[in-house]
Amino acid sequence: MASVATLPKSGAAGAQAAADAGILVVDEIVKQFDTPEGPLIAVDRVSLSVRPGEFLAVIGPSGCGKSTLFNIIGGLLDGYQGAVTVGGETVRGPHPAIGMVFQEESTFPWRTLIENVAFPLEIAGMSRKDRFVKAKKFIALVGLSGFENRYPAELSGGMRQRVAIARTLASEPKILLMDEPFASLDEQTRLLLGDKVLQIQQDLKQTTLLITHNITEAVQLADRILVMTYRPGRVKRMVEIDLPRPRSSDVVSSEAFGRYVAQIWSDLREEATRGMQDEESRTLQAGDAS
Amino acid sequence: MSMAAVTRTRIFPLALGIGALAAAILAAEVLIRVGVINRFIVPLPSQIVPAFERVIVEEDIVERFRLTFFEAFTAGAMITVVGVSLGFLLFRINILRQATETWVAALASAPTVLMYPLFLVIFGRSAWTIIMMGFVAGLPPVILKTIEGLAGTRRVLINVGKSFKLTGPQLFTKILFPAALPTIFVGIRLGLIFTLINVVGVEFLINFGGLGQLINDLAERYDLPGTYAAICFVILVSVCFFVLTERVERWLRPVD
Repeated sequence: MASVATLPKSGAAGAQAAADAGILVVDEIVKQFDTPEGPLIAVDRVSLSVRPGEFLAVIGPSGCGKSTLFNIIGGLLDGYQGAVTVGGETVRGPHPAIGMVFQEESTFPWRTLIENVAFPLEIAGMSRKDRFVKAKKFIALVGLSGFENRYPAELSGGMRQRVAIARTLASEPKILLMDEPFASLDEQTRLLLGDKVLQIQQDLKQTTLLITHNITEAVQLADRILVMTYRPGRVKRMVEIDLPRPRSSDVVSSEAFGRYVAQIWSDLREEATRGMQDEESRTLQAGDAS
Repeated sequence: MSMAAVTRTRIFPLALGIGALAAAILAAEVLIRVGVINRFIVPLPSQIVPAFERVIVEEDIVERFRLTFFEAFTAGAMITVVGVSLGFLLFRINILRQATETWVAALASAPTVLMYPLFLVIFGRSAWTIIMMGFVAGLPPVILKTIEGLAGTRRVLINVGKSFKLTGPQLFTKILFPAALPTIFVGIRLGLIFTLINVVGVEFLINFGGLGQLINDLAERYDLPGTYAAICFVILVSVCFFVLTERVERWLRPVD
């Protein structure tokens, strides 16, 4: 039976313990939005710590504040309580140690594949020749050698998402932060890209934080999975995934994998149901009001 | 070669375009000859063709073409520089945009050509009156389409830029501007259409300058084949501009 460890310890002691071990520490984050219906707490006292080289997945139902958490950690959202630190340094705005991969298609359509991947190097002031040499390394890493001079419109959705990953990796971030990067892809492509991400993570020892709502994806990729509650988004449970590494998509057929999926689903089911009921009641209210 | 393969060749669209034009000219010739179209309003295409030589030899068409092209090009460059700059300003300063966007849109549909007496007073009977009239007429679509293009930049692309810690000017030159470029060029093309119409129109009205003045002169002389031949040269100016803008757009953004 898979081991399940509950987390987190709220408060200063818990945060200190997390900070001791983590390269990325999220400490008691609270984010509230003002909506026409009144204040909405999207994320409530969420703490987590990602260890160097670790793959941590954050999973939760739609509306649990996963993307809010992604934007806070990436420095794209402010006006929250708590703190995000990278290597002990507080994150205020986008941090060079954090590389972000977004859920939506984010390649630049006016740039070729190699120009896309070399983009962060261009911003860093590297010469065209040097940045193209370096970009080719990362293009090879995501398995797109030979497509350097193609434009995104000439690539499939999965290939474009690999370009986005390569572009982020080219900036050599200490932490790779991904927000449902495979959400728009079909299941087979998703599994295969999962393999690619696993391989990259193993090759680069890349510390990775993945935000997802897909249980199989989280179990396939992660060392630990943080399960969030539906609104307000709180930490419900931390699950250690004790599956052997190196992993591939073959792991999905193992018995242990199935147990983890079932276990996380039992945690998520209650939250997802609550989310669905909440959505239905809001739809009904909106209908009555109109 | 199959029909599908033929249609994919580069020469096919060109040949189809020329063929369609030739068919339209032929249809006009027939309709005029059988009396469906009044030949005192529209001359026979077969009369227009020889008029080209007369217009070129007797009416100094090269100089007139050059003058109209210069006026339209100057006004076009001005609407591009000023329009894109103002569009960016209105995009960045929301209160300014809210305060003026409706007025700019209203200006786009206003018959500004009727203001030519005012421009004559300000700039005199010179090329600058024509250029400024063209500029005023062509400016609004460039401003509006620049705002639309910049505002329509996908949020995720801006977030990518922010995640790489781009500065404000970098965000504009590396992401906002290239993302908005196709829409901006739609505005520039629209602006150029308005500009060229006004340039030729004002040349006609004030009887000064290039092709517009020539059309006026030939119409006054009731030289209909010559008038239509001169109109063809106006179309040629328009074609030159569209080829030029397409080349510039392709150079700035090689793919779409």
